[in-house]
Amino acid sequence: MYNFDVEKPGTIAEAAAAMGADEAQALGGGQTLIPTLKQRLASPSTLVSLRGVAEMQGITRDGDSLRIGGATTHAAVAADGSYPALSALAAHIGDPAVRNRGTIGGSLANNDPAACYPAAALASGATIVTNTREIAADDYFQGMFETALDEGEIITAVRFPIPQAAHYEKFVQPASRFALVGVFVAKFADGVRVAVTGASNEGVHRWAEAEAALSADFSAGAIDGLSVSADNLIADLHGSAAYRAHLVKVMTGRAVSAAS
Amino acid sequence: MTKVTMTVNGKAVSGDVEGRTLLSSFLREDQGLTGTHVGCDTSQCGACVVHVDGAAVKACTMLAAEADGAEVNTIEGQANADGSLNVIQQAFQDHHGLQCGFCTPGMVMSAAALLKDNPKPSEQEVRDYLEGNICRCTGYHNIVKAIMAASGQDVPAMAAE
Repeated sequence: MYNFDVEKPGTIAEAAAAMGADEAQALGGGQTLIPTLKQRLASPSTLVSLRGVAEMQGITRDGDSLRIGGATTHAAVAADGSYPALSALAAHIGDPAVRNRGTIGGSLANNDPAACYPAAALASGATIVTNTREIAADDYFQGMFETALDEGEIITAVRFPIPQAAHYEKFVQPASRFALVGVFVAKFADGVRVAVTGASNEGVHRWAEAEAALSADFSAGAIDGLSVSADNLIADLHGSAAYRAHLVKVMTGRAVSAAS
Repeated sequence: MTKVTMTVNGKAVSGDVEGRTLLSSFLREDQGLTGTHVGCDTSQCGACVVHVDGAAVKACTMLAAEADGAEVNTIEGQANADGSLNVIQQAFQDHHGLQCGFCTPGMVMSAAALLKDNPKPSEQEVRDYLEGNICRCTGYHNIVKAIMAASGQDVPAMAAE
């Protein structure tokens, strides 16, 4: 690793000020960033550690809405249970030691194309709350590792509407424990949202045809007649684009069957 | 360099670290606690698992600066006060839960974290919890047996035997 300074702000205001430094980089749990730094793929001058910001910790439920602080760990979300499909998703990210460090804000800010949380945020129609504004999930994810965040902007919380029924089905890539393909299905009173991770070169995305079919008939059979194009899907040594296209449909069906 | 102070195995320690100093480096190189092993240095293998404020973490994927003020426990702090092996360590010996032994510190620390939260895990729960601890000798069956024994449960017969 190249060397850097570490700032440990105690408030969002202090964190935002620290992010104003030249070449500053926010540090959530570091479970992706620290390995990236070890490979010298990034060379920030300052890391702004967000784990100590009390306002960014914890989970609060307000009716059918769940607010999760940006520095909340996967382990804490897994243990919460207010939104069962989300807690189940968090309980299968990485491994226990990773879940004790990694944070929801860090995951969403990185927007890895195979990460789990982006699928939950997009399928749930979550709101990404930052130190300066609120961003709808539909506007937030802008491609592989690309988000609507501005330079220095910090995810302070994420607000999830809790659906009537939901499930995340993940086909695990066993070496990395990321999703080879993961599908999050969320059923709300006004329709169904389906988000796919791990599959596309564009990163997490919604599957509109499945949403329409499932909004009319929320059963696994409702998507039988649909097919997924392999165009622009990820192809690597773990699976071809056609294989991932197949998995998207299979995982969606399983997620619908398991939704509760 | 900045000064960090933390409690390691019940003892207050401090040292000067760079921003980039990993907790694993601080423990091994500054504190001489070489029981925390660095296997892969890429967050995969879990040989470096220690407890920070009670939670299992990979010491190679946490900055020493972030552990300032924390309570850290390593494999060196696991033995009983009289120096004898604790229940988990003894179970690893009894059930031949180590071959080369390189992964063992991380395995024992993960096992301790699991049993603290879940004192009577099922065999599957043990295997799931060890997802991030890799044994290059592939001695998993005996590791799982040791942890089941340490939890005071019957040691299951393994399908592969």
